[in-house]
Amino acid sequence: MTASTLHVPTAGPGAGDPVLEIENLSVDYGYTDDATHVLRDVSLTLHRGEVLGLAGESGCGKSTLAYAAMRLLPPPGLITSGSVHFTDRDGTRTDVLRQSDAELRASRWQDMSVVFQGAMNSLNPVFRIGRQIADGILAHRPRTTRKEALEQAAGLLEMVGINADRARDYPHQLSGGMRQRVMIAMALALDPQVLIMDEPTTALDVVMQRQIVEEIADLRERLGFSVVFITHDVSLLIEIADRIAIMYAGDVVEDARAQDVYRRPRHPYSSALLHSFPPLRGERRELTGIPGAPPDMQRMPPGCPFAPRCAHTTDVCREVRPALGPTALADRGEQEAARRVACHLHDAAAGRGGGSLPAGLAR
Amino acid sequence: MRFAVRRTIFYLITAWAAVTINFLIPRLMPGDPVTALMGRMQGRIDSNAEQSIRVLFGLDTESSVWQQYVDYWGLLLRGDLGLSFTFFPTPVADIVQQALPWTVGLVGIATIIAFTLGTLVGTAIGWRRGTWADSLLPITTFFSAVPYFWLGLIAITVFSVTLGWFPSSGSYDRGLVPTWSWEFVGSVIYYGFLPALTVVLSSVAGWILGMRNMMVTVSSEDYVTVAHAKGLPERAVTVGYAARNAILPQVSSFALSLGFVVGGTLIMEMVFSYQGIGYTLFQAVNTQDYPLMQGCFLVITLAVLGANIIADFVYAALDPRTRQEG
Amino acid sequence: MTHDVTLAEAEAETVTEMRVEHDDDPRRAKRFLFLRNGKALTGIGILLFFGILALVGPWIAPYDPNQVSADLLQPPTAAHWLGTDHTGRDILSQIIVGTRGVLVVGLIAGVSATILGVVVGVTAGFVGGAGDETLSALSNVFLVIPQLPLIIIIAGQLPTAGGVTVALVIGVTGWAWGARVLRAQTLSLRKRDFVEAARANGERTWRLVLAEVLPNLTAIIAAGFVGTVTFAVLSQVTLAFIGITPVSDWNWGTILFWAQNNLALQRGAWWWFVPAGLCIALLGMALTLVNFGIDEFVNPRLRSTGMNARLLRRRRIRPRIGFTPVLRTGPSPDRPTSEERS
Repeated sequence: MTASTLHVPTAGPGAGDPVLEIENLSVDYGYTDDATHVLRDVSLTLHRGEVLGLAGESGCGKSTLAYAAMRLLPPPGLITSGSVHFTDRDGTRTDVLRQSDAELRASRWQDMSVVFQGAMNSLNPVFRIGRQIADGILAHRPRTTRKEALEQAAGLLEMVGINADRARDYPHQLSGGMRQRVMIAMALALDPQVLIMDEPTTALDVVMQRQIVEEIADLRERLGFSVVFITHDVSLLIEIADRIAIMYAGDVVEDARAQDVYRRPRHPYSSALLHSFPPLRGERRELTGIPGAPPDMQRMPPGCPFAPRCAHTTDVCREVRPALGPTALADRGEQEAARRVACHLHDAAAGRGGGSLPAGLAR
Repeated sequence: MRFAVRRTIFYLITAWAAVTINFLIPRLMPGDPVTALMGRMQGRIDSNAEQSIRVLFGLDTESSVWQQYVDYWGLLLRGDLGLSFTFFPTPVADIVQQALPWTVGLVGIATIIAFTLGTLVGTAIGWRRGTWADSLLPITTFFSAVPYFWLGLIAITVFSVTLGWFPSSGSYDRGLVPTWSWEFVGSVIYYGFLPALTVVLSSVAGWILGMRNMMVTVSSEDYVTVAHAKGLPERAVTVGYAARNAILPQVSSFALSLGFVVGGTLIMEMVFSYQGIGYTLFQAVNTQDYPLMQGCFLVITLAVLGANIIADFVYAALDPRTRQEG
Repeated sequence: MTHDVTLAEAEAETVTEMRVEHDDDPRRAKRFLFLRNGKALTGIGILLFFGILALVGPWIAPYDPNQVSADLLQPPTAAHWLGTDHTGRDILSQIIVGTRGVLVVGLIAGVSATILGVVVGVTAGFVGGAGDETLSALSNVFLVIPQLPLIIIIAGQLPTAGGVTVALVIGVTGWAWGARVLRAQTLSLRKRDFVEAARANGERTWRLVLAEVLPNLTAIIAAGFVGTVTFAVLSQVTLAFIGITPVSDWNWGTILFWAQNNLALQRGAWWWFVPAGLCIALLGMALTLVNFGIDEFVNPRLRSTGMNARLLRRRRIRPRIGFTPVLRTGPSPDRPTSEERS
């Protein structure tokens, strides 16, 4: 996948170049031989200035992927293989997984920052919010005085639409939406290049959700950071994301431009997932839901993890795990060629112009 | 300020309830051991003192329970806890007053040392999991499961009987006159060392385990992960984010375990014949000195209540959420 | 073997409640994970041992614990494995026969205090307002009053203070600790987003308590139960030691009472007071280990240390919060990156 094939809205130096490249990342949950393999050889690239949506049912590994990329996965999480390359503004490329603890600590928050799910628990209940924003600044900018850091914190709060006086409040004095804004202000304190947002709107009501999403979009326009936006709400992603990666059972099953995923899903799971959410706007469609449940990660079937729930399962699906590759319709043009899907239907139909694909996956 | 007022009212109610329970216990007991003792004491107790014992123990059968209750409060407010049977005719209040400083000194200092030490060690063990520090846990578990007095027995066997390093009983050299001299204070420290060591050893384990568990719990909170994600120095995350929050339940459990710890350390006084409230209570129980038993119990209860108030205010100072709710 | 059955039931409840909390934990399918936990197994093993001893003690004891003999104050011998006391009574038999008294008291007190504590604590934390004020005032009164002196006062004034009486006194005075911790936790849970969310969705209160609040309290309830049983055992042994309960009722504290009053310390008769104390400690440790097991079952994050530290070292894994370990066993076999080659 090259930069030229992508339509990245934000212009600027280096826009469209990879900023975060996750390659063959595998993550175990547990340190013994019977550990659960929650991610298996996952690869994903985030480009500069892009909003990458990560979607899937709960437990599919989308949060795990983001946390592993930042090495924030709590015990007994264990990264067993792969690499996560971060490319700085000056082009320096570092493997986050090979950094020492000290290097990692120094680069955190300036390179990549994160907004967690459930903002109440993300804020230290015993410190004032201004102090919590300021301590991140002070840790990385040793020349800054405490007063300056607090002033910056107040400025950041203003930026996300919170009165600067509120910097002296404790987290419990703020509403859910305000706490989430505080988290966003905090995450942007050091002008990071990558912002990972883990279900930032889940606990909020719909109106607040919309406000926050618009806020993020607006800030990104102004500040030009890249976003990994994790959610199970695909319809929300279509609004905000440039590109969407659909995950299922610890694997990326489809990776394409947001509009393409939405209008022309290529993977049976993506298609099913889209049909289980009402779209926020646009054409109405039938809601169907997906029969069955995601597989038990402890006892993964050998073949395609989606096979037991898929309407188009063949023998090969039950035996061989499909790899992420081009779609069967890759000859339809540049955009289609840039898409990736992990499905045997496409392998089988490749070279035949996708003739054997089910109608729903060949639009 | 609203918080302070509210808590004060609350503790006044609690103190009232504690006194009332103390009033009710002898009245709810089956049988009447006090009457028998009063019979034995007949003639030696002057009529005033006899009246106060009657009121304290509900022997005043002519008046209503309500009248007894009012009289009881009257006596307490005047500081009259009756006369001790064993140390007749010394007033219970005097005996208690004499014993209290020893207990406050020994138990208070030992408990504070144990709490501080335990919290520090617990923080370290809870934070650094999966290292050698975890091997301290079985030892801690063992000490938290051992009865206080048994540890006292072992300490006496090892350090007094076998090694002869410390005296096995008493609280100062009986040959000295209690004054603020170096010699006397030194003797108090020397005699108090073994009991204090035993109290620390047996109660520190509980604080270590409590703090360790809270550290482990708090460590998986999102705000600790956020602190790491912010790239804060290790020390800032451990102290400011993890330990700062983990200590809240530790402080509230300090308040709640105080009764337990005090109970245990009172037994320690019995083992070491240390002249505090616990030893006095022990003597009172053995000689069936009911006024003294009741008096000791009331004073212990009020002392623990006082310590609770302090812990409560410390908690309020540490947790902004409490302050706001009031 | 009443006590083990009840304990097992308590654990079974814990296990079912746990599922709710970690719904996305892929390990939930491992039903008997709790029993695979080494600490819990050790604890249950010790409890079982004492349980059996409590049940069959009087039949397997080599001597009648009250039977005096000519072997006065003997150190351990082939005839008397743990020696004899000042009147020639067999100490091993005293310990074996005394087990039942200790366990029965611990269990009765633990169960009654836990039930009271859960009811009062969760109710207080959840209803809030005047109900909360009243209930927490009640628990505070019971907390502030030091239990052991209270029990001593009551037992000292009772004509007879047998095991069951002592157990009930401990239970009735000992629930407040659990209640207060549970109340505080319920209170903070009630404010958490997920409970707020469920409440906003119009969940019924009792369902909210059962499905959202209680599962998150299991660890505290279990810890409280174990704590109360431990406290009950210690209290009862202490009461026996200071001679408040009848000295003819054998339990481990009674042995220590006789030892202390007959100058076992000064005579160096360690076999008289060491084994009984160790038994108390062993029982207490068993309860704590079960507690650890429950803890690790509840929270998968705690489990990592349940494993072999040596294995961690061998695989060069250093489990740390905030810095996920990366496995490095030589160059990655599938696709080495440029840095890895250099």
